[in-house]
Amino acid sequence: MEVGWWGVLIAVLGGAIRIGTPFLFVSLGECLTEKSGRINLGLEGTLVMGAMTGYAVSLHSGSPWLGVLCAGLAGMMLGALHSWLCSFRRVNDIAVGIAMMLFGTGLAFFLGKPYIQPSAPRLPSIDLGAWSDIPQLKAALQINALFLMGIVVAIALAWMLKNTAWGLKVRVVGESADAARALGLPVDRIRILSTAQGGFLAGIGGSYLSLYYPFNWSEGLSSGQGLMAVALVIFARWHPVGCLWVSLLWGGAAALGPSLQSVGITGGYYIFNAIPYIMTLAVMIITCSPKRTLVGVPHELTVTR
Amino acid sequence: MVSMVLFGIFVASAGADPIEVYQTMYRAAFGTSFSWQNTLIRAAPLMLTALCTALPGYLGLIIIGGEGAVVMGGLFAAIAALAIPTAPPMVVLTTMAVVGMVGGGLWLTIGGALRHYRAVNETISSLLLNYIAIAILNHLVTSTFRDPESLNHPSTHHIGEANMIGVIPGTDLHWGLVFGVVACVIAWFLMHHTVFGFASQIAGGNVRAAQIAGLPVGRLILIICFVAGAAGGLAGMVEVAAIHGRANDTLNANYGYAGILVAFVARNNPLAIIPVAILLGGIRASSGLLQRAHELPDATVLVMQGIIFLVILFSETLYGRFSKLQNRGG
Repeated sequence: MEVGWWGVLIAVLGGAIRIGTPFLFVSLGECLTEKSGRINLGLEGTLVMGAMTGYAVSLHSGSPWLGVLCAGLAGMMLGALHSWLCSFRRVNDIAVGIAMMLFGTGLAFFLGKPYIQPSAPRLPSIDLGAWSDIPQLKAALQINALFLMGIVVAIALAWMLKNTAWGLKVRVVGESADAARALGLPVDRIRILSTAQGGFLAGIGGSYLSLYYPFNWSEGLSSGQGLMAVALVIFARWHPVGCLWVSLLWGGAAALGPSLQSVGITGGYYIFNAIPYIMTLAVMIITCSPKRTLVGVPHELTVTR
Repeated sequence: MVSMVLFGIFVASAGADPIEVYQTMYRAAFGTSFSWQNTLIRAAPLMLTALCTALPGYLGLIIIGGEGAVVMGGLFAAIAALAIPTAPPMVVLTTMAVVGMVGGGLWLTIGGALRHYRAVNETISSLLLNYIAIAILNHLVTSTFRDPESLNHPSTHHIGEANMIGVIPGTDLHWGLVFGVVACVIAWFLMHHTVFGFASQIAGGNVRAAQIAGLPVGRLILIICFVAGAAGGLAGMVEVAAIHGRANDTLNANYGYAGILVAFVARNNPLAIIPVAILLGGIRASSGLLQRAHELPDATVLVMQGIIFLVILFSETLYGRFSKLQNRGG
């Protein structure tokens, strides 16, 4: 059956979900971290470490879900380490983030050397497209359970930040550490907890990479996806549900180049690869203004501080 | 020292004798004149990319776009060299350096301009620009400027052996190292001994005070970003003209990111960048021998870099405490 240009649209949709899922987890983690007033650039290392841990545990135990859990725990530990270091005076969190990025990727490559060859059990996928006769649509609607969990986490996170005492504490700490201290809140402990949870989510995002798509463990697995989370969170206006849409948009933009190839447009492959970055930059240029700060930005992070 | 102990424990847990590993690393990095040269060759681009982060740091900007500046500088330099194939080598090299610096400089200036005119976070925009620069490089070397002979590894045409940067007589070192050292010294002089540098430090300390004093803050941002990017572009030009002879994706060798760390550890001081870059160059140079001698994966040095920098950053907090104690004592 000939699908032609519709095929492009379907492929973009499928790519949005497939490529966007790790971005969803990483950006949710970063969103929580930034809401508490800290930036974690080390999520790149966390992502790679999560991918390695998930793959290794899944291989040894035979259970991919255990791998996902352990990936999350590994990410949590890295996040806690990052945040603990940052909680000392005069320690720059961007610098620590870059050092953590090196440390995390280095550790993952170091420990992950033996896992490049063998293949681990893969995470199962859910066929939402079983009703359709079009193979492309079927392929696009093969969704991993982690994506659905990501949606749940996004909505839950948004609700918790808005409606629970814990969410309020995180936001107060992010808005003004001084105000939080005046209220008697333990600023550093809240930030460490938020960053550790952020690392947990990023670790899960990493395990998705190695256990589902592209489904292998190699050293070039994550090409700056963890770093991009910082840009995505700004794009999403520090809102968890915004992270969901932005991740889907990002995944779709990343899938545009390859899917256009299928209808015979092959030139400018690398330029199409750059579309997500150009798009983010363009949106930031349009929406930023020197005259006001962004809606939703935690004040501890504002550049004009 | 703390980082050495931590890394020693790490290596020991991986089943190697830590003391032997350190001996190997020292030999590989600084032990012989050959390994010194190896170290210095790796340190040269680090000095230049560290300036990419250090100079904007004076203005309080955190720019992590060194990688993009290297890529753009290398690409522009290679294209410039190919555009004037018949010119004498000296002219070609000068043109390459100038065009490479302009390319890298303009690339970082985009980030600075966005920061000033649109209040776009410069850290994020320079990060995005890195990826866009790499995409442009890959696009151009696979299409317009592709050398048909480079089958598996798309590259531009070779710039010609005559146009390569030579080595310093009596060594295997190329002149890129001199570029790095000279650039650091110039940057230090510029920032600490000129009116321009003084104005930048004021603007970095307090933007409003600088505006009240009538300083053109916006212009300072643009100029500093251009100079910083020019340093990165020069690093890219050196990579092309001294090592690869052509522009391709090997330009994207993480010198930009390692330079950020060098800048942070050197606390943005251009003179401190030189020893820190040599140290990091040594660590990087030792990775190959470490791998052969102890059967440790090459990622071992990545772990070591991470530990070292975490400990150094951590020690920043101790400086504060010590000075407090001293004040109290005095």
